[in-house]
Amino acid sequence: PAPKPNQPTSFEATADKEDTSAPETVVQSSVPQPKDDFQEELVIRPLHSGDIYASFQFRTLWETDFMRGNKVSHYRLFPKSLGQVISKFSVRELHISFTQGYWRTMQWGQPFLPSPPGAELWVWFQDSVTDVDGTWKELTNVLSGIFCASLNFIDSTNTVQPSASFKPLGIGNVTDHRFLRYATLPREIVCTENLTPWKKLLPCGSKAGLAVLLKSEKLFHSSFHSQAVHIRPVCQDWQCKTTSWELRQTLNVVFDLHTPGQGKLEWSLFKMFSRTLTEACPLASSSKIYIDITDDPQGEQFEVSPATHLLSQAMVLGDRRTFSVYDLTQQITFGTVRSLNLLIRWKSSEDMLRPLLHAERYVAGYGLQTGEIHTLMYNNHPYRSFPVLLLDSVPWYLRLYIHTLTVTSKGKDNKPSYIHYQPSKDRVRPHLLEMLVQLPPNSVTEVTVQFERALLKWTEYTPDPNHGFYVGSSVISSLVPSIVAMDTNSTREQPLFSSFFPCKEESSYFMRVYTEPLLVNLPTPDFSMPYNVICLTCTVVAVGYGSLYNLLTRSFQIEEPSPGLAKRIANIIRKMRGVPPL
Amino acid sequence: MGLLSDPNRRRALISLLTRLNAPICVVCYMAGVAWFMGLAFEPFTLRTYMSENAMGSTMVEERFPAGERALGTGREFSAHKKKAGGMPVDWLVKTMQSRGLEVFTQRFSRRLPFPDEDKERYMVKGTNVYGILRAPRAPRTEALVLSAPCSPGDDNNQAVGVLLGLAQYFRNQVFWAKDIIFLVNEHDLIGMQAWLEGYHHTNTTGMDWSPLQGRGGSIQAALSLELSSDVVTSLDLVLEGLNGQLPNLDLANLFYAFCQKIGVLCTTQGKLQRNDWDSVSGYSHAVQTMMLMVMKQASGRPWGDHGLFLRYHIEAATIKGINSFRQYKTDATTIGRLLEGMYRKLNNLLERLHQSYFFYLMPSLSHFVSIGYYMPAFGLLALILLLRMSSPGVLSVLTPLVISHLTGVALYTLPIHFQEIAVEHFPVSETEAVVLTAIAVYTAGLALPHNTHRLLTGRGTENGWKVLKLVAVLYLAVLLGCTALINFSLGFILALTLVPVAAFVTPDVPKALSAFIMVILSPACTLLFSVFLFQELQEMPVSFLDGWMLYLSVISQGILDHALYGSLVYPLVALLVYPCWLLFWNILFWK
Repeated sequence: PAPKPNQPTSFEATADKEDTSAPETVVQSSVPQPKDDFQEELVIRPLHSGDIYASFQFRTLWETDFMRGNKVSHYRLFPKSLGQVISKFSVRELHISFTQGYWRTMQWGQPFLPSPPGAELWVWFQDSVTDVDGTWKELTNVLSGIFCASLNFIDSTNTVQPSASFKPLGIGNVTDHRFLRYATLPREIVCTENLTPWKKLLPCGSKAGLAVLLKSEKLFHSSFHSQAVHIRPVCQDWQCKTTSWELRQTLNVVFDLHTPGQGKLEWSLFKMFSRTLTEACPLASSSKIYIDITDDPQGEQFEVSPATHLLSQAMVLGDRRTFSVYDLTQQITFGTVRSLNLLIRWKSSEDMLRPLLHAERYVAGYGLQTGEIHTLMYNNHPYRSFPVLLLDSVPWYLRLYIHTLTVTSKGKDNKPSYIHYQPSKDRVRPHLLEMLVQLPPNSVTEVTVQFERALLKWTEYTPDPNHGFYVGSSVISSLVPSIVAMDTNSTREQPLFSSFFPCKEESSYFMRVYTEPLLVNLPTPDFSMPYNVICLTCTVVAVGYGSLYNLLTRSFQIEEPSPGLAKRIANIIRKMRGVPPL
Repeated sequence: MGLLSDPNRRRALISLLTRLNAPICVVCYMAGVAWFMGLAFEPFTLRTYMSENAMGSTMVEERFPAGERALGTGREFSAHKKKAGGMPVDWLVKTMQSRGLEVFTQRFSRRLPFPDEDKERYMVKGTNVYGILRAPRAPRTEALVLSAPCSPGDDNNQAVGVLLGLAQYFRNQVFWAKDIIFLVNEHDLIGMQAWLEGYHHTNTTGMDWSPLQGRGGSIQAALSLELSSDVVTSLDLVLEGLNGQLPNLDLANLFYAFCQKIGVLCTTQGKLQRNDWDSVSGYSHAVQTMMLMVMKQASGRPWGDHGLFLRYHIEAATIKGINSFRQYKTDATTIGRLLEGMYRKLNNLLERLHQSYFFYLMPSLSHFVSIGYYMPAFGLLALILLLRMSSPGVLSVLTPLVISHLTGVALYTLPIHFQEIAVEHFPVSETEAVVLTAIAVYTAGLALPHNTHRLLTGRGTENGWKVLKLVAVLYLAVLLGCTALINFSLGFILALTLVPVAAFVTPDVPKALSAFIMVILSPACTLLFSVFLFQELQEMPVSFLDGWMLYLSVISQGILDHALYGSLVYPLVALLVYPCWLLFWNILFWK
């Protein structure tokens, strides 16, 4: 194996440099400790369907202040490109995700971090920003360059300002939704060109640590792939005296291990990523692999090798889970062969518990004039009802008939306690519908609304109009009743995957569910030669029919022009006189 | 436009048209028929070609290996079907689940308006089972459907076997970009109708069904498979759907291309294509194939389970395995490979199939007649109606118009509503009651309206019939024109019989003879002849009595199709075509 760089010295060297170049950001200049910190983590969870879920999380914490005119010019672990974005556009929170595939809640349970198919971007700006729309426009263009994605297609027609669904996840008490922008691009396709810039944001790149596993030829040979970047200010300690910026990079991937027959499933790092691990990222203060063994406490179903005795428990998504932990910063983890190739054999067995909350959506009806959007929300909790926030953002070319909005659960009308509706403006902004709905226990709640399909101008059609037009996923956010007491102390040391959504109370946990996007066909002119031919032929036939009909039905006679007034008067006089008229 | 504005030339043209009116009409009629017959002549038709780029240029390799195992599954299915006495729901669910699909079921029930004696059903209850193969990294926006009906008896077990075999094979492939839905529907079309209505959450025909739990987004294309033997001689492609709708021609091209590639005999209308187009027998073969398609399309029925998809703008076709005594045989592995190839190409589609024709006729699988070529044949017939218009009071025609249409409404509504009364008073079954009532109302209509105008005016005016004829001819022209645009075959057949009647009927022609001709050319008799012609084309001639029974069942099927699937042929004939014909009948008996 390659010689490891000397960790402590490099730390000191860079820390010194930072002190000299950016003295104004230093709070305690006397203590030469690094004010940034990097952790990496991989969670592996065998799913009941027989698939395997791997979730990478990389967290960089930096105690600095990008705002108030500070010029932060020295970067160590935190990527400079994102730091500059934060300070230039006065971003308070930024969440961006790229997802290829749909998370199958009914087969896989809940993900650690939900995301909709395609690209999703939501940003809270500082309240010092005056022209939010302009800043948002610029920001999306810059991010488009950073992530090599079509985020520049985000404009006013697909941007909304949700009033309740997307609260800030970091600290701060500004919740005026004027400073929030939310947009999705359901059609965005995620591939290698998005992964490479994402990997470059990591302190170790893909050279060392867990990131060596991120090889695109394997990651994109999976059932689900999602990568995200979350930036937010967080508390440094429980008193929240100092704040720091947190950059979280997550990557979730589900591998399909379907094999017919009843044999044991086998999984190894090498088989899935075609790499093994040899070291942690030298810049990381913590580098761990967690393997979820909750479903098998006795070790009958699971066989993990090499074995570890390090176990850890964590509250994740309202459940207490047990994990085997591998600490990559310990040399002993790699054993004598100096490489870690985790191997799991297990038997996927019993049916999983149905997830407490899940949702689906479809378009009903046929024909190209009208239709109906149905959103189904399932509460599978046996005896607790809970409220959910439903957010629907529908493009303007589906004209929602909001008077047809119905919400029914168990065959009865279910009146939402809060409705926020912003009608669309043609070619300017989309519909925004937010509702707070109480879901009765063990029930399906159906939200339906009818729409009319608009006829676009001919230049507004995409190059492939017959493919259809996308409507982004609905977002369902909820505080779901928890089975076990949740941990409300957000600053305590806990695995990264369980600490993303802050927990305010012990009895429930936050959950977000995305429905599938919709593909809707609009009335499309036939942009082809036969169309023109039909138009021309119809014209010719109409002209031909008209003249022929005219010929056959109208008769022409030559009429004498009527005599002038003087002549008529003269004729009357002549008649009275008994003389023949003129 | 000097031709029209110069009075002298106008007069010359008009006098020419009026003087030669009758011969021109006859020539037009002949020319229309000749044109139509010429459509089947190979040099006049176009070769089919793939218009869709996404399906054309990409190479696909078919590797489906497990035909024998699929047939084994089919036999297992057949055993479970016998045991369950119908759809073996539990077994299907388990089998599909073990193949790695997400499986769902749908229950449905429907009481038919009157018993269907052909298929012996009245209260229909059933279950559809479908499994969704989720495409990796696809957001559930697009889907393809492969369906096989679970038929009573020993039919179609092999189709279900191949379907399950393909499901298993497809599950292990990585290239799917669209979800694939494998559907086994019970009670053929009724089950399919229930499933489609459930999938799109509409209810057009008053069926009861339980809502679907799983969906795959908007369906792009569907194939229905019917296979009743382990080996087949040829595969037959069925295109005609509900109300004469056809799928995009590219779907037929795709099937033909793969048959050529894999070396499977393929047919349409059960007719192989022949190369000797220049011989008389070769030409008559092509005419036969095309006429069969025209007859089937004109009937407006769905000729396979695919027919109901077309309403939802889903391109669909049925592939039927035919086993005859010929030597040439194809096994299940080859059929599996053919379907695999087709699905892989459909999977490559970026847009819905839209590049090729939606309106066409096929004299053979490799040749087609597009709308631009067949419309002149109809146009020539419709021209006669225009030429026969000569105008002169309008009020007098109102009564016959209203009464004719009331008769039509009676024909449309009475048969189903009066079935109980009829069954009480006559020794007939419900189905016979419905059909016989329909025929009775139809015949009664002949007696009714021919004296109606006298109700208003006391006696028929001399000019009255001319106005009535003008109105009737215009009516017929518009009616046929619209019908032919939607369903060319139906429009053409109606034009073929109704146009001569419309053109030459006056009160002055010999009564008895013309009345006889008119009845012969009336819509009901047209249907009767069509039944015989259809049997003749299929090379299964029937005796007159069998033909009559067949005729009765065709009427009942037409009414059932309207009630079950929303077919429009019966209401079209009862509410529009028949009253229009009555108007001409009225003219004949004006004096």
